[in-house]
Amino acid sequence: MTIAAKGSGASSGTKGLLRYRLDLKASPYLYIAPFFVLFAAFGLFPLAFTAWVSTHEWSLLSDEHVFVGFGNYEALLTDPYFWNALGNTLSILVLATVPQLLAALLLAHVLTLRLRAQTFWRMGMLLPNVASVVAVAVIFSQLFGRDFGLVNWVLEALGAGRIDWQAGTASSHVAIAVMVAWKWTGYNALIYLAAMQAVPREVYEAAHLDGASRMQQLFHVTVPMIRPTIVFTVIVSTIYGLQIFAEPQLFGGGGQNGVTGGASRQFQTLTLYLYEHGFNRGFEFGYASAVAWTMFAVIVLVALLNYLFIRRIRSAS
Amino acid sequence: MTAADLDTVAAPPANSRRPGRTALPGRPDRRARARLRALREQPGRLAYLTLVAVLFFSGFPLYYSFVVASRDNSALATVPPPVLPGANLVENVQRVFDTVPFGTALLNSVLVSGSVTASVVFFSTLAGFAFAKLEFKGAKVLLVSVVATMMVPVQLGVIPLFMLMVELEWTDTLWAVIAPGLVSAFGVFFMTQYLRGALPGSLIESARIDGASTFRIFWQIVMPAARPAAVVLGVLTFLTAWNDYFWPLIVLSSPEHQTVQVALSTLSGGYVTDQSLVLTGTMLATLPLLAVFALLGKYMISGIMQGAVKG
Repeated sequence: MTIAAKGSGASSGTKGLLRYRLDLKASPYLYIAPFFVLFAAFGLFPLAFTAWVSTHEWSLLSDEHVFVGFGNYEALLTDPYFWNALGNTLSILVLATVPQLLAALLLAHVLTLRLRAQTFWRMGMLLPNVASVVAVAVIFSQLFGRDFGLVNWVLEALGAGRIDWQAGTASSHVAIAVMVAWKWTGYNALIYLAAMQAVPREVYEAAHLDGASRMQQLFHVTVPMIRPTIVFTVIVSTIYGLQIFAEPQLFGGGGQNGVTGGASRQFQTLTLYLYEHGFNRGFEFGYASAVAWTMFAVIVLVALLNYLFIRRIRSAS
Repeated sequence: MTAADLDTVAAPPANSRRPGRTALPGRPDRRARARLRALREQPGRLAYLTLVAVLFFSGFPLYYSFVVASRDNSALATVPPPVLPGANLVENVQRVFDTVPFGTALLNSVLVSGSVTASVVFFSTLAGFAFAKLEFKGAKVLLVSVVATMMVPVQLGVIPLFMLMVELEWTDTLWAVIAPGLVSAFGVFFMTQYLRGALPGSLIESARIDGASTFRIFWQIVMPAARPAAVVLGVLTFLTAWNDYFWPLIVLSSPEHQTVQVALSTLSGGYVTDQSLVLTGTMLATLPLLAVFALLGKYMISGIMQGAVKG
């Protein structure tokens, strides 16, 4: 508490005035410094340094770091496993995000009604978000189990055949997408609800008088009005979805099968690919950094595309 | 902290559709409008049916993990599968503690999440106070850079972060997990927004006239005023820290230093998956969070909704 002593003791004389001025000038910077220093040290610096490491043959096991230029990137772009992981990641991203955000919009729409026990319903919706990704992955791996999974049992009872969810490319992507959607739909619904509540009600009254149904109001009044929030959720979901790791890893049962995302890499995502090279075999830090930096580029690109796409929707309608 | 304090945070934004609000006496045409609105917004059966279905899908996977956790593995192979809890819970819990040092893992998670939460709340309030109420050069640019960093996927910096931890000799210690979580851009932004509205400038001015230093103002005026938002930020931060997996998995290797999530993944990574064992562990790791959620879920909801409106 040395800062507290500054300025409080001597309140008279030039010394006191000097202290007062110093306190006034320096305090704000002192207060924001911890955030910037710690964020730079453990967040920004490692991310930026990734670019440098990615141009080297760099391993934890050797002290020699050989500069290889774009060598790691060349190797990466010619590795079919990388393209496989990119394809899987994008596929899971779309399967998880699109239905999830549409469902969240509809749920938020229902939540704007004059419901009894509002808090109860909202909490029910947020409940899945409390479970960790590990818990979600473990629970759904059981539900999607080939032999004793509840999902297959229901499918069989309905007359459809059992599915070996983990074995197929499409089926494993669906299972993983369900995990992501289950955890995040309610969360996004609450974000949409908050945005919907900020829409002036006169707009709805006008639409109502024009004879618009509740559904028409949702898509023609609400959606355009909360577009910034939709952009926000799409971008956040994209950033999250492109880095998906725990769900596929644990769906593959942890271990080696988890790291490769199934025996034929049918659900290996980019982060799993990064983990495989960086920490699972030989600590190839240079190569793994090239993966990370490429992922960064993909994230920026996809987020930008999403942004432009949603802007177009606005100008089209 | 009083209940009323918390309620100001938990209360939905001013124009939310709470019953009673529209019934306030007003001019006649307003009242007529309100009646029209009330008629239109009355939820039908379909709305409640949808909500009940959502509640079922939200709750069932968690409930089912409890069913599996309370049975032995042979019960899972029966047709139809069990949907009611069995009698093997205690035995399964015992097996979890025998297989991995789960008690230590729980303690590690409490230590990590607790220190991360305390640090994030403190530093966020401190920086939020500076951004919201103090004048300094470059404040705007710096605040914009805070918001921008919220979108940066720092997770992608794991390789150099790991090298940094090797350099500091922090690998396989809790420090490696705590240090990157000490501050949060979202926290700073959230507190700045809250303090802008919650703290009258006149209060700070009069404290200055009384000769209080900036830090004293922070300690005696800002901290108490920030409490309601601190609870919200604290709950959200605690959950995020408790559930963190990717980085702890990389940097913590020995069983006695693992957090709960890493211990869970160890449980599920055996050659033959022992479902009741794994789901008992999952249940044990999730129960503390469900307790926190039951007590403070209201504030979580308001936190998410506030962050959304202002973000």
